[in-house]
Order: sequence, then structure tokens, then C-alpha cells
Amino acid sequence: MTTETQDEGLEYNFAYLDEQTKRMIRRALLKAVAVPGYQVPFAGREMPMPYGWGTGGIQVTASILESEDVLKVIDQGADDTTNAVSIRKFFQRVAGIATTEKTEEATLIQTRHRIPETPLSEGQILVYQVPIPEPLRFLEPRETETRKMHALEEYGLMHVKLYEDIARHGHIATTYAYPVKVNDRYIMDPSPTPKFDNPKMNRCAALQLFGAGREKRIYAVPPYTDVVSLDFEDHPFEIQGWDQPCSICGDSTSFLDEVIMDDQGTRMFVCSDTDHCASRQAQGYQGPGQEAAE
Amino acid sequence: MYVAVKGGERAIDNAHRLLAEDRRGDPSVPDISVAQIREQMKLAVGRVMTEGSVYDPDLAALALKQARGDMIEAIFLVRAYRTTLARFGNSLPVKTGAMKIDRRISAAFKDVPGGQILGPTFDYTHRLIDFKLAADGELPEEAISSEEAAPHALHVLDLLAGEGLVEMPEASINDEAPGDITRTPVEYPMDRQTRLQSLARGDEGFLLALGYSTQRGYAKNHPFAGEIRVGRVAVEFQPEELGFPIQIGEMEMTECNMINQFKGSKTAPPQFTRGYGVALGHGERKAMAMALVDRSLRAGELGEERTAPAQDEEFVLSHCDNVQATGFVEHLKLPHYVDFQSELNLVRKMRKQVDGCMTSAAKEAAE
Repeated sequence: MTTETQDEGLEYNFAYLDEQTKRMIRRALLKAVAVPGYQVPFAGREMPMPYGWGTGGIQVTASILESEDVLKVIDQGADDTTNAVSIRKFFQRVAGIATTEKTEEATLIQTRHRIPETPLSEGQILVYQVPIPEPLRFLEPRETETRKMHALEEYGLMHVKLYEDIARHGHIATTYAYPVKVNDRYIMDPSPTPKFDNPKMNRCAALQLFGAGREKRIYAVPPYTDVVSLDFEDHPFEIQGWDQPCSICGDSTSFLDEVIMDDQGTRMFVCSDTDHCASRQAQGYQGPGQEAAE
Repeated sequence: MYVAVKGGERAIDNAHRLLAEDRRGDPSVPDISVAQIREQMKLAVGRVMTEGSVYDPDLAALALKQARGDMIEAIFLVRAYRTTLARFGNSLPVKTGAMKIDRRISAAFKDVPGGQILGPTFDYTHRLIDFKLAADGELPEEAISSEEAAPHALHVLDLLAGEGLVEMPEASINDEAPGDITRTPVEYPMDRQTRLQSLARGDEGFLLALGYSTQRGYAKNHPFAGEIRVGRVAVEFQPEELGFPIQIGEMEMTECNMINQFKGSKTAPPQFTRGYGVALGHGERKAMAMALVDRSLRAGELGEERTAPAQDEEFVLSHCDNVQATGFVEHLKLPHYVDFQSELNLVRKMRKQVDGCMTSAAKEAAE
């Protein structure tokens, strides 16, 4: 299937990638789903966006996208950040698919750095953009070594790192890209999502796919798979919280972004998930910021 | 009242318009043509073709124009275009020994069969800004062509190989069909053919620095420029249904064979070993740097101790691609609000603890 694009004289295959490439990526995806948390090497292609802009996620999305899919793209939880807009436009252009900002309406959600606040449901697919897929990379820079460590389930180094954090700071000093163990086998990098989102990955009803374009790796968490954030019995995993609710919608359970309002450094806190915040406002919820403005 | 930042879409459109305007520059100055870039910015075009991995001077020149002269951006444009091209098959290996030579020098011998041919080179120019170039556009004097410059010449090193003093080029090449780094995921350790492929599209500056480091004692390997040749080679293709190859074109390329001393090992007698480099167009610096790095990466194969960055295959190959490198470095411009927010909370928490400790310590001191 081909798609007419807005550019005259230019015609791309549906969702940009050629069918052979899609098949190659789908095979990698199947393997990834079969071995949850295992990083499958794949022959990533050069995409018309730079490495680091989500080429891995884009290739995964392009390979599984169907014409009836409804796509949502978020970056930092928001639909309107520049790169989310750019990726959404790309797929509108090369696949002509429907897009949405509503989490529950989407069949496929591509994300960078967040998991939507609205719980995902069966049949939905969440595609993560991943910069460094290897959770052990900052402990051991060599791929030849880290692959061995995964194969032998040799994860002592990671536990030592977490322990040293506790010894030095009294708590584990990792706030995003917090390592998880998938299906009681592989340690996996959840991509640089805040650890706030880690619990959402556990036994999630949706299929979670991870694409790292520059590093050419794909991995996956099938629906209802155990995803456990690493911790110690006496230092259990905990997520971050805020002292105040969202200024706009008043939610006190969502991830909040800090916004600097003026030169005096006045702050306000608002939901990072724009769809979540907007739907709460539509339901009539108000935050302290709104009440003050009235 | 705060309203979440909207309008990413309009901002992007406007940014694209500004970009187009900036690319064009002052409209009272004539627009530069792709042909002008191709003909007069030839070395830039060559680099874009080499690191973009496509031989197409017009495409590379267009990419340079679109990229406003930014090399890596132009290389990126060419690469992104390249992946969309259909593949009909593999051409036969080009015969660089049968090259129509424009330049060919050997630093190892005073004279060689076929002669030393200087050709167009900066090497012996005085680097004085030529203000005449700014003033007039006159055609340069025609070069005095030597009566009969040999159009073909054997590789200098092949002349020595007969004696067994220099390893054969095939020495460390296996018989398997070469890998394809654009179609298979990278795996380490990598065979030499695939490694050379990676280096060929590697960043000139990065390889230059690494090659340089080997000369300064980080993986010392005593190189000599055995031969550098620049010229045109025939590109041949053999369609399956045809029993013989046909020439489908000609391309300009640069090839460098470095020779390096080798003390010998348990299995190999002392001899000279080779490092190999190539570039599309006229790219001597790239070809030479690549040859140095190729040789230093052969450390394992030749039983040399690996001590320097230039000998570390995974380090060199996973960082030599400038499109990947620039993407990841520049992606730091993308929003990281969420991660930063998480870190901000963490630092606040840690500060609170430290402040708590400090005040209690101060109290104790006061008491």
C-alpha cells in the first residue's frame, strides 16, 4: 500500500518503511515479546529524523501501524511538545492515519519519557522511544560484557550500585530510568521515564514495545507481565510525590511539572500529562491556581 | 493565570520558514546553483558522498545547499535518502589497481614503476589567502601536462608483496561475502571487512584524531604511506541473467595503503602489515586516517597488546558515526522536563538532609 503525501512527486510506502524492513522489525518484535525484557538486536534504518529524536520508536510504530489505527504521540507526557507534534505529523503524512490526544481513544501510543496517567487497556500498544536500552551501560560500557552479564543473569553489579546509593545517601538516588526486572529474568531499562511511572508497567494490560534506533535494539513487555522495580527489603521502592496538587486540575496523584512563572522565581506545579489534566478540567475539577485567578 | 504552553505546531511551521529564509541569505546575492557546488566545492561534495555512503555528486551538492554548508547535516540528508532507495544487487568489487590515475604518490620509495604523480594537491602550496580569487573569476592557467602520465599503475605494495615482506591484502580477509552494516545489526567482535565498512562512513574528524593518537604513542605502529592514489574506477555490475559483468559507470575515489612495521609473532614472520583506507571523491585525509585506524584495530588479530583507544574496536566503531553522534548529542535540546523535575525533587530532598545535618552539627558546636 502506498500513500500520497503532500509533497508533489514524492510517494512513500504506507508508514514510510518498505515492507521488507517492516517484516524484519516485526520479527525482532516477536522475539522481543517471546523473551520479555531481552534486548533484540535489529537492523535499524536511517530515518528522516535524527538519532535521539525517537527513531527507534518511530520504526517500531511504522512497522506495526495499520490504516485503521488511531495514533497518539506524547513527549514529556504532553501531546503538544514540539517533537510529539513533529512525529504525529510525520505519521499523518506518510500513513494518513487518524490521530488523537485522548489516551483511551488511541490504539497505539508513542511516548517519550512518560506513561499516560490514564490506565491503559487491552488491545492498546505503548511504544517507547529509548536512548540507551542497556540498563547496565553506565556500570559497564562494553556491549560484549553486558550481553554476557544478561546471559548469565549476572546482576550483582546493579545491586551493588543501588546498595552504594543507600550507603551514601540513605536512599536509592535514581529518579528516572529506574531499573526493573521483567518476568523474573531480565533487568530492563524502562527508558528515561520517571520512576513515578514504573508501577504502571507492572501487569499492564497493554503491550509495551521499546525501540532504540541508534543502538539498534528492540525489547518488549507483553500484557500482564510482572515488572518489578529493583529494591531492598529494608529500602522498598517508592515513587516521588509532591507537596501540592496540580494548580490547574487539582489532581494530587499525577506527575507534576514545575513551571517558573516570573523573574522572582514564583513556581507553580501542573500535570505533565496534558490529556489527563484537560479531561479532569472538562469534568469540572479545579486546582488552587484556577480558584485564585477567579 | 497559567495556560499550558500550546502552539508547538505553529512554532515548528514558523521555524521551518525562518530556516528557508536563512538558507537563502541576502536575496540580492545570486542563488548558488547545485552545479556550482558540485564543481567548485568538490572536496565537500566528496566528504558528503563518503560519509553519506552514496556516490552521487549532484545529490551531495544539493544536500550541501539544503544544509547551508553544514557537513554532518548534508551527510544526514544523503543517508536518509539512501535508505529509501531500492537495491538491485551488489556491484563487483572495484579494481583500484586499474584506476585511471589523477594522483598517485608513495612515501616509501623515491621512484616507483608508473611514477609519482602529484596531481591536484594542496601539499606544496603556501597557505596564503589568495585575494585574487575574491576579485575576479578568471579561469586558472592550464596545467602543463607531462608528456605521457601513465593512466594505469600497479599498486606499489603489490611490488613488494612478491618478496613476502608485505602481507598480501587478502591476509586478514575471509572468504565470506562482506557484511552490510546498513542491513544487519552491529555485533562485536566484527570481521575486518565489516569494520572497514564502518570506518569508511565514519566521521573524518573522529578518525583523524584517533589516527593522530596512534602516531603520538597511543598504539604506536610506525606507519608509512605506502601509496595514496586518487582517480577514476569503473563500476561493474553483473545482472543474474547475464553471464558477464557490464560497466555501469565510473566514480572518483581515493585509496590509501599504509604499511606498518610488524615484529612478527609465533605464527607469522616479521614483515610489514597493512592498514587500508578509502574515500569517495578526493579524500586523502579521510583515507589516510582510516588506514591508520584500520591497522590499529587489527591489534587483536596480530597478537599485539591492546592499550589505546584506537585499538578498542567497540569504542572506535560505536562512536565513529557522526550522524548517530550528532543525533544523540543534539537530542539534549529536546525537552527533558520530566527527568529534570525528578532530579530536582531528589536534589531538594538531599539538600534537606544535608541542611538538617549541618544545623544539628552547628547546634552541637554551639553547645
